[in-house]
Amino acid sequence: MAAAREPGSFRLVATLALTGLISGLLLVGVYLLTQPRILRNQAEALYAAIFRVLPGTVEIKTYVVRDNELVYFEAPEGRLPTEQAVFAGHREDGSLVGYAVPADGPGFMDTIKLIYGYDPSRRVIVGMQVLDSRETPGLGDKIITDPGFHQNFEALAIEPEIVAVKKGKKEQPNEVDCITGATISSEAVVGILNKSSHQWAPLLVSPEETSEVSQHVAPSQP
Amino acid sequence: MSPPANPKSSWDEFVKGLWRENPVFIAVLGLCPAMAVTNSLKNGLVMGAATMFVLVGSSLLVSLLRKVIPRAVRVPCYIIIIATFVTTVDFVLAALMPVAHKQLGAFISLIVVNCLILGRQEAFASKNTTPMALVDALGMSAGFTLALAMIGGVREILGSGSLLGLRLFGESFEPWAIMILPPGGFLSLGALLTLFAWFKERSEKRREREAV
Amino acid sequence: MGDLIFIFASACVINNFTLAYFLGLCPFFGVTGRLDTAFRLGLANIFVMTITSIAAWFLNTFVLPHAPYLRLITFIVVIASTVQFVEMVIKKLSPALFKALGIFLPLITTNCAILGLALFSTNRGYGFVQGMVYALGAGIGLTLALVIIAGLREENDLGSVPKLVRGVAMSFFIAGILSMAFMGFAGLFHGS
Repeated sequence: MAAAREPGSFRLVATLALTGLISGLLLVGVYLLTQPRILRNQAEALYAAIFRVLPGTVEIKTYVVRDNELVYFEAPEGRLPTEQAVFAGHREDGSLVGYAVPADGPGFMDTIKLIYGYDPSRRVIVGMQVLDSRETPGLGDKIITDPGFHQNFEALAIEPEIVAVKKGKKEQPNEVDCITGATISSEAVVGILNKSSHQWAPLLVSPEETSEVSQHVAPSQP
Repeated sequence: MSPPANPKSSWDEFVKGLWRENPVFIAVLGLCPAMAVTNSLKNGLVMGAATMFVLVGSSLLVSLLRKVIPRAVRVPCYIIIIATFVTTVDFVLAALMPVAHKQLGAFISLIVVNCLILGRQEAFASKNTTPMALVDALGMSAGFTLALAMIGGVREILGSGSLLGLRLFGESFEPWAIMILPPGGFLSLGALLTLFAWFKERSEKRREREAV
Repeated sequence: MGDLIFIFASACVINNFTLAYFLGLCPFFGVTGRLDTAFRLGLANIFVMTITSIAAWFLNTFVLPHAPYLRLITFIVVIASTVQFVEMVIKKLSPALFKALGIFLPLITTNCAILGLALFSTNRGYGFVQGMVYALGAGIGLTLALVIIAGLREENDLGSVPKLVRGVAMSFFIAGILSMAFMGFAGLFHGS
């Protein structure tokens, strides 16, 4: 009985290479087929959140930061920019509702990702939605489920800074009532909002301020 | 020409994966997804379905190519084939079920290192005809899905008071939150393994009594 | 800097790779009760994880943006190559350790912890330094879990365990209690 011939190294390498090649081709095909849908899903999810945190928005414009200034980002087929972006929400009449800013930071269990709406004319936060978190179900995750907690963010002043207080003690517009039994998660949200809003507020000017500035500049030209 | 000794029927091959050789409860494979994504029944079922797609696809392909792939490079080839199917199911889920995809996260991609898949290629698909490899893959992945469904079901009922998102108990039910957290995964699987050990002991005792 | 400390602590104890993410369970349940073997296996894992983290960052930054569908395959190739390399090094430096680790060394390749590290790191968009810190935290956390379970197993083998639960099921209950204990680390870093 003849023993099976040991395949030469060429055969081994060729098999591997061919397998890799066919696999790569198949994957390119699947990728091209699914990518448009995947990108649309991501954009849709984000836009849904933006509509929630900027109530009254009908149109969203995307902005990225270049040289410390906001630059309009043309979004082809609803693609999202790879760099840090903020989203301006405009009403039916074109007026600005505010800017939706994504932010994240350490929570109780792990990182909390959220998005909040900021109205630059009144310098207040008008909405907040948690996008991703791993907080304890039934306790920390009340930052997602508790409607009372969300009321804190309907007109939250960011000046001089947002302060977390015990439940029921909210008196000033810049205070947030923490959730009983979820103090650390609530404080984490406050911390994220504080840091992010103070970082972005100088960049996110309201249209009235911009037009004041340009009025100020124009007369000096001959 | 002698008939094959002990021909296994297709039904036998299918059923063995469900109970007798259940990948999770008997062979103790695929532990990682068995606990990581079973915090709800739905997540367990989606993971089971994704694993089934990968296992069936890979087994079919490996069995078809079993005479072509040289022994020396068989494992890298199997892994490339498995990884292709896993990447495919990852993209398809992201496109068609974005919410489930987000819940399962990187664990979908981790199907590629599920010892069950590579194990079946090595132990069965590379040595059997394509129809039999298909049956084996279906049986094993059905057993895997069954296991995930059991764990996911128990954890969701106890930890959320719901099943597939539908509330089961009244407002006064205080869910045992630990069940949908990581310790719950370990404890549920431990409890189910104990249950299976008890079944096994009972059937062994019964067989002993019948033999006497 | 606080950011890096949080990444490290989160990966090491708060969200321990084994006890919170169920990664690296094969060695966790299979490793012998010998503390020193468990420790050295852990070290091998840390080394492989660190190299994988660097390679993953490199691939994610320069290669994969052009072909994101090749991510899984390239990651696996990198991990398999690193493990081969580590195997050769250990075999040469300490044949005794090589024999003691046995099958667990090549099994690091299919260890979901390494691939999981690369994937999680990618999904979170970690840069080079963050990725390294993450890998170190995850590796040390993994080693911690391995060492603890090895130590407990030594105790367990000597104690009296009901027959029904003996073996795998008992390990799961122990792991569940460990997991609960580690949840106590949550909230270590909070506030701003």
